[in-house]
Amino acid sequence: MYFVLRRGLTLGVTLILISFLTFLVFQIIPGDPVLTILGMDAEKGQILALQEKLGLDKPLFQRFISWMGGVFSGNLGESLRFSRPVLDLMMSRLPVTISLALISLGVTIIIAIPLGILAAKVRGQWLDYLISLLTQLGMAIPSFWLGIILMFIFGVIFRWFTPGSYVPWSEDFWGAFKGLFLPALAMAIPKIAVLVRYLRAAVLEQLKLEYVRTAYGKGLGQNVVVNKHVLKNALIPVVTVLGMIVADVLGGSLIIEQVFALPGMGRLLVSSISYRDFPLVQGMILYIAIIVTCINFIVDIMYGLLDPRIRLE
Amino acid sequence: MLKSSKGVMLILILVLSLTVFVGCGQRSDKQVVSEDSTSQIKSGGNVVVVVPQDPDYLDPHLAAAAGTQEMMFNVFEGLVKPDNQGHIHPAVASDYTVSEDGLVYTFTLRKGIKFHNGNLVTVDDVKYSLERLMGVETGEPLAASFTVIDNIETPDQQTVVITLKEFDASFLANLTVAILPEDNADHNLNPIGTGPFKFIEYVPEQRVVIEKFADYWKEGVPYVDKVEFRIIPDNEAALLSFKSGAIDIYPRIANERLEELGSEFHYVQGMQNMVQLMTMNIAHKPFDDIRVRRAINYAIDVDEIIEAVAFGLGTKLGSNMSPVMPQYYQEGLESTYNLNIERAKELLTEAGYEDGFKTVISVPANYQFHVDTAQVIASQLQKVGIDVDIELVEWGVWLDRIYRGRDYEMTIIGFTGKLDPHKILGRFTSDYDANFLNYNNSEYDELIKQATKTVDLEQRAELYRRAQQILTEDAAAVYIMDPNFAVAMKQNIQGYIIYPLDVLDMSTIYFTE
Amino acid sequence: MKKNLNLYIGGGLILIQLLAMLVSFVYTPFDPNEMNIQERFSPPSWNHWLGTDNFGRDILSRIMKGSQTAFLVGTIAVSIGLTIGTFIGAFAGYLGGWIDEIIMRLTDTLQAFPGILLALMFITVFGPSTVNTMLALSLVSIPVFSRISRSGFIQYKQFEFVEAARAMGLSTIRIMFLHILPNVMSPLIVAASMGFASAVLAEAGLSYLGLGVQPPDPSWGRMLNEAQNYIFKAPWYTLSPGIMITISVLGFNLLGDGIRDLRDPRIT
Repeated sequence: MYFVLRRGLTLGVTLILISFLTFLVFQIIPGDPVLTILGMDAEKGQILALQEKLGLDKPLFQRFISWMGGVFSGNLGESLRFSRPVLDLMMSRLPVTISLALISLGVTIIIAIPLGILAAKVRGQWLDYLISLLTQLGMAIPSFWLGIILMFIFGVIFRWFTPGSYVPWSEDFWGAFKGLFLPALAMAIPKIAVLVRYLRAAVLEQLKLEYVRTAYGKGLGQNVVVNKHVLKNALIPVVTVLGMIVADVLGGSLIIEQVFALPGMGRLLVSSISYRDFPLVQGMILYIAIIVTCINFIVDIMYGLLDPRIRLE
Repeated sequence: MLKSSKGVMLILILVLSLTVFVGCGQRSDKQVVSEDSTSQIKSGGNVVVVVPQDPDYLDPHLAAAAGTQEMMFNVFEGLVKPDNQGHIHPAVASDYTVSEDGLVYTFTLRKGIKFHNGNLVTVDDVKYSLERLMGVETGEPLAASFTVIDNIETPDQQTVVITLKEFDASFLANLTVAILPEDNADHNLNPIGTGPFKFIEYVPEQRVVIEKFADYWKEGVPYVDKVEFRIIPDNEAALLSFKSGAIDIYPRIANERLEELGSEFHYVQGMQNMVQLMTMNIAHKPFDDIRVRRAINYAIDVDEIIEAVAFGLGTKLGSNMSPVMPQYYQEGLESTYNLNIERAKELLTEAGYEDGFKTVISVPANYQFHVDTAQVIASQLQKVGIDVDIELVEWGVWLDRIYRGRDYEMTIIGFTGKLDPHKILGRFTSDYDANFLNYNNSEYDELIKQATKTVDLEQRAELYRRAQQILTEDAAAVYIMDPNFAVAMKQNIQGYIIYPLDVLDMSTIYFTE
Repeated sequence: MKKNLNLYIGGGLILIQLLAMLVSFVYTPFDPNEMNIQERFSPPSWNHWLGTDNFGRDILSRIMKGSQTAFLVGTIAVSIGLTIGTFIGAFAGYLGGWIDEIIMRLTDTLQAFPGILLALMFITVFGPSTVNTMLALSLVSIPVFSRISRSGFIQYKQFEFVEAARAMGLSTIRIMFLHILPNVMSPLIVAASMGFASAVLAEAGLSYLGLGVQPPDPSWGRMLNEAQNYIFKAPWYTLSPGIMITISVLGFNLLGDGIRDLRDPRIT
């Protein structure tokens, strides 16, 4: 309980710190939201009208306080560029990012867990080396480059998937899947590689332990030993890696969403930064910080559940 | 035999009907509808068009970005409206007269013209719209060019009389700005106009959707039922989407991509009235020296840039005007500074830079076209001893620091097309607030001022031509090209018309059988 | 006795690239920035082994020159990250208490963001340039190194030899950097090798977003960014920088694994 409280408190302090820093950063960086929104042909009258409408004529500190006040009552303010509530904009992007996260997580688990166990079972044999080579490659390929190549091969040559045309799940289930699968795969491949390596190492570590020898001593076969006894313990590091993956993806895959033109959080964040739309950037940074911290927290709790020996400090 | 003659008949009827409603439209529309005359017009269908950015504002009086105008051209109309030749025709008004001294404009409202919400357009709506631009209520005009209006009168329900304080040659062109319904509570959330399409929805960073307006005043158009402008900022993703068939029309396709298009696509292209130029900050040493600016002009091989960056699909320019504006364009200037390394070196030596100098060219990072141009220019200037560093800046920073702040040495940008020569050449007058070149020539200022007051069209055009000559003589910038505007589309889409403006006119396109 | 394959392969890959980089200082087949519009988009041939790009520049020469950028960015980013991270971690781990608490909360804050986002923000503030890319990437890697260094210092400060040193009255700084640091170095070196790999990847990512290293300096990420516009016309253009990035990341990762195996052969 104390642990939860302390975590919560730290989170709060961290968030306020982050918000203030972001706010400050947006005061010093060159580039003006009004000019960026209106472009080259803006007239003076239009610029003034927009500045007034957005409340940018008020002093900095006043704006921060009123923003902060809004946050505590659940109001993240309004986007400068879209003149819509930040929360609405974020909520409209969330389904894309969550779907992307779930698909890529699913792909990762389905491929990585059997492959990791297999690699451990056949350690030292040629298959192990092959898997090791593949995982090394998977970690080394830039995922956006992989994305471009996947899109080129499966989107343009084979036409199995349609890049750049996201449809919501509610409209067309199969269409949505087709739009999301390639980016999810491009994101999953490096994660698969990491997970396979972790899992293999964890299984091997377990196999050296006393209880495994006992199990073998009882005459159980390797499959039974690995599947029944080792796996549960080997899952502990896996949970950490999965946590990292989820945090990474939910934080918005900044680049992959750019490559595939997906209207997710990452793309919104990148474009908001370049438009100096700071209420929106603030909101999303807050979101990312919360997501990442919460996931780390969940990982810690899962640790405790999987291995009662680990006590929360 | 019978079949084909039937086909011929059908085409005949179509061509006839087309000429009929073009004819009752206006005087001199030379509408090139399609190069493929055997195709048949099929009404209806939905079109997906890819655009690179979000609209800045849906309220047309607040919007300033070219990317917004190109979409909303389909939704809004002014009293008058431009065609693809740059001529101006009545739109919300059906007719107009201008007094002898050019001070009084009398517009007759088009009979029965309706807004998208079904209401008739009234003279009060017109008055409201113009006064909103003048800033009558707020005191701050939304468009400075409307402050020239002295008063607006509505003597009857069909007539609007606008009286100007002084003669303004550009005034008519400015009246292409949207007429809005007075009773609309929020023009930004719920834009209502009189154009061929009505606004349906805008989903940020995803799409803008417009739908055919059944009560449009011009009979027969538009053909398609619905247009979705899909927002894809990444060129590569847009092209792949287009190739995979998810997108029907891809405007502003990069020139190098045209030859990659398969047989299921075709394209139209033309000049877009853009001036791509490299400006030098004249307030900054060494660019204050005309010899240095001329040397740079001599050292830069514009033909090579057009070949390297636009794959030959661009028109070489010599001053700040594209030949797509024939009535104002001054011919022959583009060969003033043909590549001449010797001359460039001489001039640099005269100016005291025989060993060249170091400088920085700052380019907006989001325009690959300008970034590529900068790379070519850097390598060309190297040959006369000018060492150029390239600095990529974000678009927002470019606007703030370079365009408004004038803090830079050299930069590359494209001035987008305007119908009004004053808007094109007025950028170089010393009192223009975004004269980021810091160009200052009192003779030039005088010419431009005189032109706005000149009633006679030919005389006025002559002044603008002279102005272009001065810009070239002073080497105020390195004028590069008007890059071709190419629009690629699926084979079964025809009728696309290119404008000398940032406009994607969806009213003329149609599907073929 | 099993051979340390990782070390050999990884070391080999890096060595080849190092050689290519060293050669590029004195010789490249063509001037990497020399444009030749007539010869643009030439496919790989005897004259241009990897073909030419959209300006007719020789891709092989640019790849070689680009390895300078890659090593420079990697080396500087990792050295700064490693130095600062180690220091911070050392103080946090050795001194403990409130210093530890503050430092770790700050590191947590930094780590609460995807690295690429941090780098993006950094470059937005200071403007895109090669130097800022290196600084941004080093900022991102600081928490990684400081964590490793901290846990090492916590572990070693209880060891007898440290207590003995303290009893002899040696200064804290001296104990930390002369006695403990050498013992903590090995995981840090492994992390540095991996850090090099992630710096190369991150540079490519930033350059893809149009930030990162500025043209016309050849950088692999920048080349990838430019190449993708011509993926239909000149597919070889996108392949070579992509493969170079992959090989170099692969090399440093394997090297990192290899070094770890060398120190701690238990896990393989």
